[in-house]
Amino acid sequence: MAMTMTQKILAAHAGLEKVEAGQLVLVSLDRVLGNDITSPVAIREFNKFGFDNVYDKDKVTMVMDHFAPNKDIKAAVQCKMCRDFCSEKEITHFYDVGRMGIEHALLPEKGLVVAGDAVIGADSHTCTYGALGAFSTGVGSTDMACGMAIGKAWFKVPSAIKFVLKGQLNEHISGKDVILHIIGKIGVDGALYKSMEFCGEGLRSLTIYDRLTMANMAIEAGAKNGIFEVDEQTIEYIKAHSDREPVIYKADEDAAYDEVIEIDLSQIKSTVAFPHLPENTHTTDEIGEIVIDQVVIGSCTNGHYKDIEEAAMIIKGKKVAKNVRAIIIPATQDIYLKAVENGLVKIFVEAGCVVSTPTCGPCLGGYMGILAKGERAVATTNRNFVGRMGDVESEVYLASPAVAAASAILGRIADPKEVM
Amino acid sequence: MKFTGTVLKYGDNVDTDVIIPARYLNTIDKKELASHCMEDIDLDFTKKVKNGDIMVAGFNFGCGSSREHAPIAIKESGISLVIAKSFARIFYRNSINIGLAIVECPAAADAIANGDEVEADLDNGVILDKTTGESFKTEPFPAFIQEIITNGGLVESIKKGIIK
Repeated sequence: MAMTMTQKILAAHAGLEKVEAGQLVLVSLDRVLGNDITSPVAIREFNKFGFDNVYDKDKVTMVMDHFAPNKDIKAAVQCKMCRDFCSEKEITHFYDVGRMGIEHALLPEKGLVVAGDAVIGADSHTCTYGALGAFSTGVGSTDMACGMAIGKAWFKVPSAIKFVLKGQLNEHISGKDVILHIIGKIGVDGALYKSMEFCGEGLRSLTIYDRLTMANMAIEAGAKNGIFEVDEQTIEYIKAHSDREPVIYKADEDAAYDEVIEIDLSQIKSTVAFPHLPENTHTTDEIGEIVIDQVVIGSCTNGHYKDIEEAAMIIKGKKVAKNVRAIIIPATQDIYLKAVENGLVKIFVEAGCVVSTPTCGPCLGGYMGILAKGERAVATTNRNFVGRMGDVESEVYLASPAVAAASAILGRIADPKEVM
Repeated sequence: MKFTGTVLKYGDNVDTDVIIPARYLNTIDKKELASHCMEDIDLDFTKKVKNGDIMVAGFNFGCGSSREHAPIAIKESGISLVIAKSFARIFYRNSINIGLAIVECPAAADAIANGDEVEADLDNGVILDKTTGESFKTEPFPAFIQEIITNGGLVESIKKGIIK
């Protein structure tokens, strides 16, 4: 029977020749990831096994990014619990303050995921690595604990929606606009339990960073994973970051899809998701004046160097609007350093932005930019649920780095063309 | 698995950020998590909820973050069963893995009202709204998932050698 990309990776990791949608399989894992808020629960569960060691100390990975650098005493206790565990179990890939970045930007950068891998992470945005042609999905802490113990996880083999991309993106339009457009089209449960598979000649115009942003938000359509067909760009990226050999899985020509959706990239406009669901999308040419209090540019979705650079080019030589706090968060130490070396931090500071070290911080209402009642933020993050960035009566508008940067300058939700 | 309780009802797309806001994720203490359960969608939840109560909701229940703190908070608050039109996939597997009973039943989720008394017999696939007398059929879990539930969750299933 013909299989999708995802089904082929799952079959290979379950030791089966073929699998079909709906089948329950036990899958061997190439990487098991956790962060400072999900790992403590996983460690508590792992300790119930009474095992001395994790299944593979090179494959278990922990990143202190959500509430780190420690936001309060309780967060400090949680990070310490992870640190002590990783030290005792001699975990190779433990990333603490000074070496860490936001996990889903850090793992590709460190070459810890390559095409063909099967990865679970106790973080819903683990689906990001589908951009590199891997099967990766978010799970909970108990799954992480069991993954650390036996290196396996159970899955129901998903069916898939195929997205055939054609054309190319216009200026100031990026992967964020594409994925917001798609979520607006299919809804927050439009791909529930399914894979979103991206292919087509339009892939060529999407950088790896556009793809990472798109795969990252597959979960916001309810998907199990988002995955991109591997091309020369993918291979080039993987070779530059990892010594491991990628394994390329291509969907069979006659693989069954629940739906095939064609997306013409040249038709995508700057898109913003209004509160309180990522599916509430509007294009910037159809919204009135929405005055804002804060802008956040960063997160696992849009904290890549390309994102920070794009924002800097728009902000360069201008000033942030008087009543706006603009918070820039490069996602990893490498991105931060590059932003310093290339003068981006200078551009931001001179414009009146603040530049933070890597952290998930405000994205999930942790710290470093919490909103008061009635306040509004434009954020390059991934969720705009009730209370996500602070008070239950605050509002988050999701947008691309270009839209967020233009909005910071004008003090209202704005299209990049208005300031360029 | 049989459950009897009073219903607390919610809408579609109840996300894990409102089930347990991230500002409380700096702890793994189950009781503390339960004390903030549903806080951003229903401030009175912790005052209203009684041991054994049944939560009923619409589509895509538990969407968003993978935080297992969400089903933990619901379970610890005393909720015995969650009935929804559909569940977000991570919440679904987390609930099974930690032993929080859940069932998808769109017809029941539509018809049952807040405050109704409900009896659910998941072994025989029947949900009865005792307040209205209406009953609903549910689909059984696949055998593999049923085995995880029967054995007390994923960790226990691995310890017993059922999954290796």
